[in-house]
Amino acid sequence: MNTFFYIAAAVALISTGLAISGRNAIHALLFLIVSLLAISVIFYILGAPFIAAMEIIIYAGAVMVLFIFVIMMLNVGMESEKESRWLKPGMWILPSLLALILLVNFVFMLNKMSHQNIPGRIIEPKEVGISLFSTYVLGVEIAGMLLLAGIVGAYHLGKQKKKVLHRFLKQEEIEQPGNTEG
Amino acid sequence: MHELLIIAGVLLIVLNIAAGLIYVERRLLALWQDRYGPNRVGPFGLGQVIADMVKIFFKEDWIPPFSDKAVFVIAPGILVATLLLTFAVVPFAPGFNVFDSNIALLFFLGNSSLGVYSIVLGGWASNNKYSLLGAMRASAQMLTYEVFMGLSLMGVVMMADSFNLTGIVEAQRHGWFIFPQFVGFVIFLIAGIAETHRVPFDIPEAEGELVAGFHSEYSGMKFGMFFVGEYMGVTLVSCLITILFFGGWLGPAFLPPVVWFFLKTGVFICFFILLRASLPRPRYDQLMSLGWKILLPLTLINILVTGAVLIYLQ
Amino acid sequence: MFSILRSLWYTFLHAFHKRETILYPEEKPYLPPRYRGRIILSRDPDGEERCVACYLCAAACPVDCISLQATEDKDGRRYPETFRINFSRCIFCGLCEEACPTYAIQLIPDFELSEYNRQNMVYEKEHLLISGTGKYPEYNFYRNAGVDMGVKGKGEGGNEHPPVDIKSIMP
Repeated sequence: MNTFFYIAAAVALISTGLAISGRNAIHALLFLIVSLLAISVIFYILGAPFIAAMEIIIYAGAVMVLFIFVIMMLNVGMESEKESRWLKPGMWILPSLLALILLVNFVFMLNKMSHQNIPGRIIEPKEVGISLFSTYVLGVEIAGMLLLAGIVGAYHLGKQKKKVLHRFLKQEEIEQPGNTEG
Repeated sequence: MHELLIIAGVLLIVLNIAAGLIYVERRLLALWQDRYGPNRVGPFGLGQVIADMVKIFFKEDWIPPFSDKAVFVIAPGILVATLLLTFAVVPFAPGFNVFDSNIALLFFLGNSSLGVYSIVLGGWASNNKYSLLGAMRASAQMLTYEVFMGLSLMGVVMMADSFNLTGIVEAQRHGWFIFPQFVGFVIFLIAGIAETHRVPFDIPEAEGELVAGFHSEYSGMKFGMFFVGEYMGVTLVSCLITILFFGGWLGPAFLPPVVWFFLKTGVFICFFILLRASLPRPRYDQLMSLGWKILLPLTLINILVTGAVLIYLQ
Repeated sequence: MFSILRSLWYTFLHAFHKRETILYPEEKPYLPPRYRGRIILSRDPDGEERCVACYLCAAACPVDCISLQATEDKDGRRYPETFRINFSRCIFCGLCEEACPTYAIQLIPDFELSEYNRQNMVYEKEHLLISGTGKYPEYNFYRNAGVDMGVKGKGEGGNEHPPVDIKSIMP
């Protein structure tokens, strides 16, 4: 199992790196999708098949499709000049330094905790459901309220009255006062 | 060894059904349009399958110079790969499946949501306005219909108490789920047609408007993969309808379970073709409003009622 | 919803209807007599060529697939020395038939013109000329025309006055 974990982890890391460094927006998104898939494999290995499936369905399946949709609509070119300006060392050295500190911290923590093995118990979907609706019911309800607010907001935004008239209808409006003289 | 045999068997069956559907669809469409269909090559025109495959293999596989080549090549592969992966969890008969997963249904949903990429990326990479329009339609349509495709199955999951397809079939020993879950069945059927973008909902390809939609620029075997992928999708959705609502391999004992399974699946494949023969394509906004305004609320009500009845009966 | 189910049902019932397709090589389709198919050159009831090589068909042809060369026999009767129709260009529009003053060129109900070699699509006069009269069995151009070509004397035609005696002063 460990080998599979390391393979998946390596794939996730490499593809995430490529997603960050890639100049082509769609290719970068593809690498991000691969990284999400790799993470879902890791979840599966850790004994959480439900979360693995959800990772694919929601993140890789729905959210990233929306990203691609938006990028398709914006028609981002193969290489945008702005991005090459961002990739100057002055821009990324500080964030990556901070990330490096975090990484060192994380590795140190993992090293310390490595004596306690991760519990290799498989968590069934049913268990997830039961804990969602008993222990974490408050969180679920709050998330539900938030989503409801989101739906109402989206409905409100989408409900804008159509103000643009078809050109034939527009002409009629202009012509009507003119018709009175005849 | 046994597992390898099953994998080979499933691959053989699925690919043969998908290829055979090229012929079956043309014959059935002809049947419902008072024609004969291909009946010249070999007995009953069965050689047409081989002729078509040979033709598609030897066609020039042209990659447009203006396309995004890597993505253009990957896209059809994604479709076939996700569909074939999904067949791994489909139980054709007790014990006759590659992978008896506890999250089989979620696996199917995840794979079908990954299948969208094939169409979206294929359309985008073609760098052609018709393909791009097709891809945009496809992404919006499939996102919409995925939402309640998953939700429509939750009634079945609640009644069977499992995401495992074998478990779902076994739970139907005392009555198919089509009767208590009729709403779920209808919605899953509609969503399944939309997911495989078959004719009433084939607006991503809409040949009257968009040449061939997302696969306008594809030729040769890459087009063939989209083509066969569509038939594999039809087979997959038919298999799942059989498993989820019509008791899978269960049936009177005078026929073996596998035969029952394929009989039921065949009926649904024919139904898909009948839909293609008879229904016109809705407009794009009609499709979206049907999805969000009618089918999604219906699905939620279905889940609510199913849950309430199950709790009441306990 | 109901109409969708109804149309599904009606389409399904078509499975039991009679087929519209005619299985062609085994079963020949009915072609009406005026069908515009292969082009022929016909002869008049006396067995002479009707064509007078007037070039009207070649002029009328929108795709220029007809070419001919006129000549005269010893009586002075015009006839085509060569008559060539390139059927790989022909669009079977029938304008040549309409232009023909003598009903010589005719389109007949036959469409089986396939060849493996494109050169074989070029029909020469011996391929085009038939020994019958085609669609107009009684018609002979020289019986109605004013010219005397040995078929009838001057002024003996159907709607023809006797020739004017130019030596006389009577009207």
